[in-house]
Amino acid sequence: MNMIISSIPTILMIVAPILITAIGGMICERSGVVNIALEGLMGIGACAAASTHYLMEAAGCGRYSIAVALLVGMLVSGLFSLIHAVASINFNADQTISGTGINLLADGVTIFASQILFHADRTKEFKVGMVVDKLGLYPTAYIALVVVLVAWYVLYKTPFGLHLRACGEHPAAAESVGINVRRIRYIGVGVSGILSGLAGGCIVLTQTIQYTSNTINGRGFIAIAAVAFGRWTPLGVTGAAFLFGAAQAFSVIATNFPALKVIPAEWFNMLPYAITLIALIVFSGKDYAPQASGKPYSGGAS
Amino acid sequence: MKKNLWKSEGFKSLIASLICIVLGMLIGFLVLLFINPAGAAEAIFTVMKNFFTYSRTSAQLKYFGSTLVKTAPLLMCALSIMFAYKVGLFNIGASGQYCAGICACLYAALKWHWGWLPCMLFAILAGAVFGSIVGLLKSYCNVNEVISGIMLNWIILYGTNMILSQVKETTSPYTFEIRTTSPEAILPSLGLGKLFNNNIYVTIAIPLSIIMAILIMILLDKTKFGYELKATGFNKNAARYCGMAEKKNTILTLAIAGGLAGMGASLLYQTGFTQWECSTSSVPGMGFNGIAATFLGGLNPIGTIFSSYFIQHITAGGAYVDKTMYCSQISDLISAIIIYLCGFVLFLKLAMNAIVSRREEKEIKKSELENDKGGIA
Repeated sequence: MNMIISSIPTILMIVAPILITAIGGMICERSGVVNIALEGLMGIGACAAASTHYLMEAAGCGRYSIAVALLVGMLVSGLFSLIHAVASINFNADQTISGTGINLLADGVTIFASQILFHADRTKEFKVGMVVDKLGLYPTAYIALVVVLVAWYVLYKTPFGLHLRACGEHPAAAESVGINVRRIRYIGVGVSGILSGLAGGCIVLTQTIQYTSNTINGRGFIAIAAVAFGRWTPLGVTGAAFLFGAAQAFSVIATNFPALKVIPAEWFNMLPYAITLIALIVFSGKDYAPQASGKPYSGGAS
Repeated sequence: MKKNLWKSEGFKSLIASLICIVLGMLIGFLVLLFINPAGAAEAIFTVMKNFFTYSRTSAQLKYFGSTLVKTAPLLMCALSIMFAYKVGLFNIGASGQYCAGICACLYAALKWHWGWLPCMLFAILAGAVFGSIVGLLKSYCNVNEVISGIMLNWIILYGTNMILSQVKETTSPYTFEIRTTSPEAILPSLGLGKLFNNNIYVTIAIPLSIIMAILIMILLDKTKFGYELKATGFNKNAARYCGMAEKKNTILTLAIAGGLAGMGASLLYQTGFTQWECSTSSVPGMGFNGIAATFLGGLNPIGTIFSSYFIQHITAGGAYVDKTMYCSQISDLISAIIIYLCGFVLFLKLAMNAIVSRREEKEIKKSELENDKGGIA
């Protein structure tokens, strides 16, 4: 029992970024654009945040650097997500392909940026990342909570949220009542980019001390699965992110149990993905995805 | 004459692909200019030249052979993705299926010392099994093939690391050298290596992959099964209405696609060109580059042969870029840019279609107007 309580901070640390990204992905899909580039956008955010934090720490202004680093991560990744927005909203490109392309591009860009800044294939190690509070929790847990609450409020309690959901279900109907579908979808993609960047920054500032090409390691894809498993609702996505995050945390915590050391580490590495897949199978059934999600909308013509 | 050319689908695909390549090169050039203006032009030419950087013909031939060796698996992955795409499925799991193929053929070769053909068949089987899992999930559990494919990619990657750890060298994370441990698993060369200045890695893998491309084309264009697959891809509901077994076709398609990717792995790893590193922490990029090759090849098996070669050509060419001016990752970045633009091949083709049809409409209207005038006069 004590073990479980003591591992809650670890679980929250790992769940928070997945949850933040998944909420971004959910908003994006709710507006009608599938964003499979979350993984790459997280990487870009993580790289930008790690670089900013290192440079500011080295310059001696470490006090504000965490917040600034997160903001830079959000900004860079938000700008990067606009590529996906232009491709899928203006050019009607296949959204899965564009997303995959961004994932590939992100790998090249982050390593390349590290080369220019630090002359290595990774960013330099910073000294102090985020610090835990009295309860042993990182601030990321609270950030994630705020993101979920705001997302829920905006989606269900504001006119804008209604417009956004309408664009994902029936863009032609939305347009017929004067909603600018393209603008809303741009916002959807942008928000997912910003939140992915925030999550990437959270990962790099809590779980490691530098950005490498393995920092994200499939968490973005797990977030995408969490969106589908959570059936595109804030509460469901939160639950799914907790399940998948806990599975991931387990592979970290398991190393503390002597009895589990006999099992090869690969089993634990596999676990989060296997649980995600099994969960998708067990709870499959009706398609809950927004009706128009993934379909390009050329506007007016229909 | 000119009008007919613009109507041909193949010509439009070719133009779209060429535009993407030129645009990719241009953006790559701009990036190079941004970093170090002095050597940008030279660097981009080096990437394009690849093995032509060597002045001797013998060396050129040898490295041309090496580029071809790497083209074969990429072509197979591209075929895998293209085949599934024809049915409206995005086989992003090709990387994982490729990885499963590596695991199967290397384990069979290094542990059980099988011959080359059984090893290859085993790799095909492994890929096909994972492909059909994705198909089963898609058709019976309504799990999106992209999500299940990506999850399986990671599961297969860690599984491969675990299984191949049994046949790795004790001091390094690499698997045994296949050429010394079990030479019977090496694909036969049939004298092909001699054509490329005794490049021992050039084997029947290269002609085999091209034969597979042609077979896939025949399967898609000339058989009833291929017709059904394409019909399902065009309009799922219409296909079901005509009595085509949609679920069976989905599973079968992904099984074949997986088999193709698995075979690709055998075509590279059974030449002894590379070894598997048991501490690999990301899925091999071959399957992802295959996506680019597929679209750059205009979703056509024969086009895919050339696009696969092109992608390997520039990737290999990136290795020759002046390292004192640019970092070694520059080649990856340039190929990533081109690969991203490849996604726009389809878009460009659509745009061209729109322009052509608009022009036709205008001409028809014009001729109608003239006819009317003629009638009045």
